[in-house]
Amino acid sequence: MSDELRELYQEVILEHGKNPRNFHASDDATNEARGNNPLCGDQLVIYLKLDGDKRVVDASFLGKGCAISMASASMMTELLKGRSQDEAQSLFEAFHDMCTGEDNGHELPDDVEKLQVLSGVREFPTRVKCATLPWHTMVAALQGEDEISTE
Amino acid sequence: MTPPNTAQAGTPAYDIDAIRADFPILGRTMHDKPLAFLDSAASAQKPHQVIDAVSAVYETEYANVHRGLYQISEAVTARYEGTRETIRQFINAAHTHEIIYTRNGTESINLVAYSFGRNFLEEGDEVIITELEHHANIVPWQMLRDEKGIVLKVAPITDDGELIMSAFEELLGPKTKLVAVAHMSNVMGTILPIEDIIRRAHAVGAKVLLDGCQSVTHIPVDVQALGCDFYVFSGHKLYGPSGIGVLYGREELLNAMPPFMGGGDMISSVTFEKSTWAKLPHKFEAGTPAIAQAIGLGAAIDYVNGIGLDAIGAHEADLLNYATQKLSSVEGLRIIGTAPNKASVVSFTLDYAHPHDIATIIDRAGVAVRAGHHCAQPLMARMDVPATVRASIGLYNNRSDIDALVAALGDVQELFG
Repeated sequence: MSDELRELYQEVILEHGKNPRNFHASDDATNEARGNNPLCGDQLVIYLKLDGDKRVVDASFLGKGCAISMASASMMTELLKGRSQDEAQSLFEAFHDMCTGEDNGHELPDDVEKLQVLSGVREFPTRVKCATLPWHTMVAALQGEDEISTE
Repeated sequence: MTPPNTAQAGTPAYDIDAIRADFPILGRTMHDKPLAFLDSAASAQKPHQVIDAVSAVYETEYANVHRGLYQISEAVTARYEGTRETIRQFINAAHTHEIIYTRNGTESINLVAYSFGRNFLEEGDEVIITELEHHANIVPWQMLRDEKGIVLKVAPITDDGELIMSAFEELLGPKTKLVAVAHMSNVMGTILPIEDIIRRAHAVGAKVLLDGCQSVTHIPVDVQALGCDFYVFSGHKLYGPSGIGVLYGREELLNAMPPFMGGGDMISSVTFEKSTWAKLPHKFEAGTPAIAQAIGLGAAIDYVNGIGLDAIGAHEADLLNYATQKLSSVEGLRIIGTAPNKASVVSFTLDYAHPHDIATIIDRAGVAVRAGHHCAQPLMARMDVPATVRASIGLYNNRSDIDALVAALGDVQELFG
């Protein structure tokens, strides 16, 4: 098996894929959005609860998808809690740059270094959207949109 | 399972190594592994006979068709129109002008929805499709429904992926104007009982459109014997170029239908007050067509005829049996689509890995399959799967391709199992 595959499917990703964190709907979400990947038919819903200061106090998700998208959503919901809307937005930008290999000057903050395990998707152009779909959906939820599609 | 064509044990239908040598791309590697191409249901590879025919058009006799008053234009026009006769013979249409060139199967269905549907269907008229249709045979009818107020009815299938004939019959009635069904499922390989479908549909006065994109590469088709009203297929799944497709329609219907698109080549005369239409088939072929692609499709049909669809069917049925047996022994694997009458396609899921992860992993072993919803999202919902892996067999596949797939699934199990 190739090194790229082992790099893509690291133990952390497989573990999050099998046992996703915050994998539930939310009754008291203030923001929620549905994300579709029309290429593969994967769908997920992101639930966010923001307090009066626009700070994320809870995040969860539901959906069906590949190991990459499940792990990405799982890790994202863990990392969002306690962050402001602006911080969540810039986290998205840094994550997006990491997955696509673009350099727009956004760097992942030190406290979210664990997201680096998803950087292996760079070698798999058709799989980048799997990793970024939960994040696009999260941004849509923050911006008050109901639904986004990766195409 | 009893496939429609079964090779006698130990008797190869044809010399597979010689056939493979006709397909230059099969000599390449993917990720430094021999290419095991199991995605012909999405688009098939091309033999050098087709590649050479297309090249020869551009190198020796390319010009626009139906226009030039010079030798090479006349020559290429003759070959382009001659291919129509090749196609007529291939599906045994009554007339060459019943063969309409389109871009692909999708455009062929849209042509019927737009021209036949808009002009001959009225509010309350019913169109019947099935649960296993490709989006190309769903969406055009939905668009027509939204525009004209027709009723779209969906005939159900069993858990094995077979049409439930009794339920289909119950949907038929005096308001049924069109039955539009796949001849063969692109996801499950199910071959539909089209003779029964056509007989019952005609009994209530409905017309029948068959989506033959999958079937025409595996099963001999005789549109006159079938009695279907429309038959559509694409060139690129039939080992021909992309960008060329076919609509067969019965002369009487095509004559009654107005043009699909307006422009050059489809007119008889044009003034600013009024235009009149060209005769069949050109009435439906506005603008400069896919000239080299059509000629390439003719070369592809010649190639397929040279081997023979019966021999191809037998070879593929043998491989389908082999693949089904081998895959059935893989732990956690579920085959989606287990109808007794099926051809050339095995869709499956693994209970520990998503189809996209499977496709990515086996790609690195040189195995090309399709993973996803296969443009059949309603079918995915019916079978209660988000997606499947689909391995599809073409005339050039061999047991090594299947072995490579099964071996590569071992890599998936190593990571995910």
